[in-house]
Amino acid sequence: MLALLVAQNIAFYIIAALMVVGALRVVTCKNLMHAALWLVLVLAGAAAQYILLASEFVAITQVLVYLGAIIVLFLFGIMLTRAKTGTDDDLDNKNSAKFIGGGIAVLLLGLMGYSLIDGFKDTEFGNLMVQRTAQVSDSIFSTYLLPFEVLSILLLAALIGAIVLARRD
Amino acid sequence: MFLNQFLLLAAILFCIGVYGVLARKNAVLVLMSIELILNAVNINLVAFGAYWNATDNTNVSGQVFALFVIAVAAAEVGVGLALVLLIYRNRQSIDIDDVDMLKG
Repeated sequence: MLALLVAQNIAFYIIAALMVVGALRVVTCKNLMHAALWLVLVLAGAAAQYILLASEFVAITQVLVYLGAIIVLFLFGIMLTRAKTGTDDDLDNKNSAKFIGGGIAVLLLGLMGYSLIDGFKDTEFGNLMVQRTAQVSDSIFSTYLLPFEVLSILLLAALIGAIVLARRD
Repeated sequence: MFLNQFLLLAAILFCIGVYGVLARKNAVLVLMSIELILNAVNINLVAFGAYWNATDNTNVSGQVFALFVIAVAAAEVGVGLALVLLIYRNRQSIDIDDVDMLKG
């Protein structure tokens, strides 16, 4: 049991480091295509963290929807807006805006970090059980049936809206 | 494993996403930063869901909400990229700074 916990912790920290590096590259790198590919690393890392949290269905959905669909959508967006394929120095705001943005981000991180460490000090997960897909579907189709239906309408509306917006006429 | 590990990771990703939204000028990159933010929130939801599930084994609300967030994020990216495409078609550039017609 202890060996498992140690292995989980090591896996967590390796994946977390990869995710943070990937996220930093997404917001700093000078090449649009590379930014999209670094985003893949972050999203795949999130899927791995869901596996560590024993949430199999969300992990699979993350891979299918984010890695499969949303990244492809981003690549289409990059191609259709005819972005430069090489490095492009004109992706960022001017330096003063970057400093303000960085200041806000650091301030926010300090505030959230302090409140999280203060509020959830030493809270452990207890006995993590595998949350089965059958349980998730039971929950969606009983307790959360109405939000699920509303969500399907929202997706349909977004789909039609996107087609209407992007259509050439 | 501590609950805080996941919450702090999500906080770091959230702040990086906020920096990206504020510092980037290219609309596609801003959308990518928004994806980072939504993912951070999802990690929070799944972490709290797993924490709750450890005490009450029938409760998977955290996962259900994470799935809802994923679906809404997909809808958001679809409409967002359609808007970006429309901006590009009208002004041959997707710099957000150039979209300032409302400014007097």
